[in-house]
Formats: sequence, C-alpha cells, structure tokens
Amino acid sequence: MASRPSRSGGLVERIVSNATLNERPAPTYEDVQRSAAFTDLKRRLRRFVFPMSAGFLLWYLAYVVLASYAPGFMATRVAGSHITVGLLLGLGQFVTTFVITQIYVRYAERTLDPRARDIRRHVEKARR
Amino acid sequence: MTVVGSPALNIAIFSGFVLVTLAVVLRVGRTNRSSSTADYFAAGRAFSGAENGTAIAGDYLSAASFLGIAGAIAVHGYDGFLYSIGFLVAWLVALLLVAELLRNTGRFTMGDVLAFRMRRRPVRAAAATSTLVVSFFYLLAQMAGAGGLVALLLGVTGKAHQALVIAVVGILMIVYVLVGGMKGTTYVQIIKAVLLLLGAAVMAMWVLGEVGLNLSTLLGNAVERSTHGEAILAPGLQYTNKVDLISLGLALVLGTAGLPHILMRFYTVPSGQEARRSVVWSIWLIGVFYLITLVLGYGAAWLVGPDVITSPNTPGGTNSAAPLLAYALGGPLLLGLISAVAFATILAVVAGLTITASASFAHDLWANVIKKGRADTRQEVKVARLTAVVVGLVAIGGGILANGQNVAFLVALAFAVAASANLPTLLYSLYWRRFNTIGALFSIYGGLAICLVLIVFSPAVSGGPKPMLTGVDFHWFPLENPGLVSIPASFLLGIIGTFAGGREDDDEHRQAEMEVRALTGLGAER
Repeated sequence: MASRPSRSGGLVERIVSNATLNERPAPTYEDVQRSAAFTDLKRRLRRFVFPMSAGFLLWYLAYVVLASYAPGFMATRVAGSHITVGLLLGLGQFVTTFVITQIYVRYAERTLDPRARDIRRHVEKARR
Repeated sequence: MTVVGSPALNIAIFSGFVLVTLAVVLRVGRTNRSSSTADYFAAGRAFSGAENGTAIAGDYLSAASFLGIAGAIAVHGYDGFLYSIGFLVAWLVALLLVAELLRNTGRFTMGDVLAFRMRRRPVRAAAATSTLVVSFFYLLAQMAGAGGLVALLLGVTGKAHQALVIAVVGILMIVYVLVGGMKGTTYVQIIKAVLLLLGAAVMAMWVLGEVGLNLSTLLGNAVERSTHGEAILAPGLQYTNKVDLISLGLALVLGTAGLPHILMRFYTVPSGQEARRSVVWSIWLIGVFYLITLVLGYGAAWLVGPDVITSPNTPGGTNSAAPLLAYALGGPLLLGLISAVAFATILAVVAGLTITASASFAHDLWANVIKKGRADTRQEVKVARLTAVVVGLVAIGGGILANGQNVAFLVALAFAVAASANLPTLLYSLYWRRFNTIGALFSIYGGLAICLVLIVFSPAVSGGPKPMLTGVDFHWFPLENPGLVSIPASFLLGIIGTFAGGREDDDEHRQAEMEVRALTGLGAER
C-alpha cells in the first residue's frame, strides 16, 4: 500500500492505518477476493454480462450482415404497407437495446447491488 | 447560393443561447475550488445519474448525429438509419461491461484504470496518446463541420468569414472550459441536450401530424418524392461495399465505450450505481432521439426533397436536410431555433472534447509521467487550463484548414481508434487477471498504429469515390473503415503482449485490490 499513496489515499488508506492502530487483523484485498461472498458476486456479474453481451453483439452483427448481403430481403414489404422487413429489424434493435437495459438494471439492483453492499460494509466494519 | 430564413434571426437566437449558457458557466465556475482536481476534472463528482445521463446525450449527439443522420436518411434513405443503430447499440457495451467498473477504479481518465495494476508511467503515456489522437480527430471533424453549418445557417459564404466564425466558436468554447471546468461544461451539455431533444421532438410530431400519425403514409410520401423511389426503404443506396459496411458497423458498436470524452463523464457522479443510472438515462434519450431522426429524415425527403437538399445551390449539402425541414414546417422562426440548437451542439461537444484532452494531458502525462506523481493539484489544474487553451487553438487552426473537406471519415476514424486502441485494453484490464503492462502497450500502440496506417492507405484518403486528397492514388487497403482488421488485431496483440511480458512483481495483490474495488465500490473516489 505504502508504495502507492496517491491512488488509494482517503478511505482505504484510513481503514488500513486504523486497523493497524487497533492491532486487529483486517481482511486484505486477497482475503476478500477469495471469500465466498465475493466469488459469488463475481460469478453472478459475469454470468449475466458476458452471455448478454455476446447475445446483443451477435444480433447486431446478424442485422448488419443482412443489411449488406440481403438488401432484397430487407426491402420486403410488410402487410401491404410501406414498412419493410429492414425497418422492422432496425426498430427491433432499438427494442432489444431498451429491453436489455431494463433487464440489466433490475438484475443489478436486485442481485448485484445488495451483495456488493454487504461485502463493502463487512470489510469497512472489520477494518474500523 | 440561396439563403433560407433570416440570418439575423438565427444569429439573435444563437446569441441568446450563448448568453444564457455563459451566465450559467460563470455562476457555477465560481464554485470550483482552484486547487481541486476533482472539481475541475470531475465536477466534484456531484451530478446525479439523470443529470449526467442528459449531459452524456448532449456530449454524444454531435452535429454529425443530428444533421448528418437526418440528412443521410433524407437523401439515401435506409442507410442513414443503419448509422444510428450502431451508435445506439454501442451503449450496451458501456452499460454492461465498462461504466460501473470504470467509475469504481479510476479518478479522472482512462489512464487511471490502466495504471491501477500496471506499470504506471508507460501505460499512462500510452493512454494519453490514444486519448489525444481520438480527441483530435473528433475535434477536427466538429470544427470543420462548423464551416459548412455557418454557410448554411448564417449565409456566410466567404472562406475568410467562415474562418472567423470557426474562431469565434473555438474561443467561446475555450472560455466555457476555462471558467466552468467540468461543471460548466456539463451544464452546457445538459441545456443543449434538452433544447435538441425538444426541438427535434416538436418537428417530428409536426411531420407525423401531417400524415395522421401513420408511419407507412410518411414512407409512401417520401418514396413518391424521392428520385430513388422505393430504394430508400431498404439498405444499399449509400454503402455499396458490403465488407466496408460490416467494418463500419463493428467500429461504431465497439467505439463508443472507448471514447475518452464519454468515459470521463462517468467520473462526474458519486458512485458506480449512479454511473449505471447515467448510462440508462443516456440510452433512453439517445434511442428516442434516433427514432425522431428517422421521422425527420423521411419527413425531409417528403417535404423538402432529396433533389433540393443535394442541389449545388443549397449550401451545406446533406447537412441541410433538418434545417430545411424546419423552414418548410415552421418558417424562419423554427429554422432559427433549430439552427441555434445545431450551433449549440457543436459548442457543447467541442467543450467536452477539450476538457477531456486537457485532463488527459495534465493528469496522465504531466502530473504522473513527467512529474512522476509529485505535482500538487493546484499546478495540475493550472496545466490543464493551459492545455485547454492550446487544444482550443489547435482545434481552431485545424478546423479552418479542414473547412470544406470530406470530414465524415474523421469521425469514423475516431470511433475506429477508440474501438481498436482503447476498448480491448479497458476490457482486458477490467476482466482478465493475467493482463499486464506489455499487453496493454501492445494493444494500445498496436491498435492505434494499425488503425492510422490502414486509414492513410485507404480509399477515404486517396483513390476512393470521395477522397480527402484528389489527384493522387496510393491506396492499397480496400476498406474506408479499418475496424474489421484493426479491432481483432488489437485484441490479439493484447493477448500476445501479455504472454510475452510475463509476470510482474506485486501482480496478485494489485489485481486483487482492483477487482474487489471494481465490483464492490469499496474505497471508490468520492
């Protein structure tokens, strides 16, 4: 810690020095990283964001590939109107973006935030 | 050369905007403590997610998005819409993978995040280099675009007079940044975003009202008026090179989350959760705005007509579609309002870029590389202010020189560099335990170099349909956008560099600290 004062000045530095003063062993970052609560949080975060990112990127690339290589298909009219398949797929990208945003917010607020807060409080308390 | 509307009215409305924002900037500027880097670079981290999200929309919706996309849809139809989809979907990368972790581990710049667990001086220098390159290209595109806008909106057609207006825009922007810092810049962006969204929404409702809220009727009317007929309802009119379109798409979707002026905005809120809320706000605002531009574009195709928009008698070319539509709908007053909003757009985006470039120079290069972290914050702010002036002057000079050039590729280049140099490095350092200094240097400098070389030898610079240099042809790379090659190459270089670099001292400890802080917000800068 001492070698890098500029970055972790403030809270962490204070926590560590207080912990040293009280001569109570405070959990190190490695301890936290290895803890069950943290690995659970990390798994829940990655299990959500990685597949979801792969999903929306593939769906977007599929759309771009269709636009470049299948303009005829994209020009197909829907139900006798002037609205085309390409327009609907494009609007579909907007809809999925909005939906994924809201699903993530819900997931983060219900699943990630409480767990992150618990870990934070636990560490801050132990180091006080 | 025809001038529509009343330049005097346009100037009056624009001056009104400048006076109001200047008053706001002066007011908030007084609350900045002169020795506080957190105040100057990050607005004291006091903005809420909603405020910051609106400011992000104001920062992101540049003149290229508003005038450019509406114009592209009006003239080329569907292909203009493709652009906006990439610009929007890109925000999911920022939301899911970048925003919160970045906020929890950095203070002001992308360099902070990289320096967390790698050798600080080399990675900061690398991060500052790519930040300055991206900001420069983006800035140049905005300033050069200003010349065309001036011609259109104020009836200023002489090159010398346009240069004068570009200089005035640049000086105003320098004043905003010097006086207001990040706080002032943020307020300018918020005000601009609200005006832009309101103005565009009014126009879109007006257009939809004319066709009884029936989108199909609007499209039918546009088809009837367009010289291209039904082709405007499907892709293929503007982008004829299929691989190039995919390359552009990739650069757009992966570029946003690596744009330094967007990343820096995440530090103006107090926590990771607020950073998340910021992105959610900006996704909704930007998404709704692009839906509006779809209506405006087809509305302009119908009510103004692509033949009028592209006519050599119309100054500004495709950029004139939205202003001409405003004139067709609401006469000189609506044109004046929309013109003022377009100017405000340039001002707000340019201010955001300037503060980002100056922060990266002062914080990463000067304070941490040159002064090795021993500079005091008062000096750091002073250096940042000085840099802002230099960046502003360079932008004015570049804008005057590039006035009238084909600058669309500059924005695409900025996105390609951001996607190739910045995003892989950020993602690796946030998610890949083994990633190290050599890996970071490989992916930043490698991605940057490949991007720049491919651009120089692309048909966008020489030999293409609309090249920057005419009369010479030295291109050998077939694509206008380098993304398809440079982005995967940079991801690969990051991996190669990491394995070549081997383990570093203290690696485990720093990685543990970074990961715990990133995910829990423990010890985040407040």
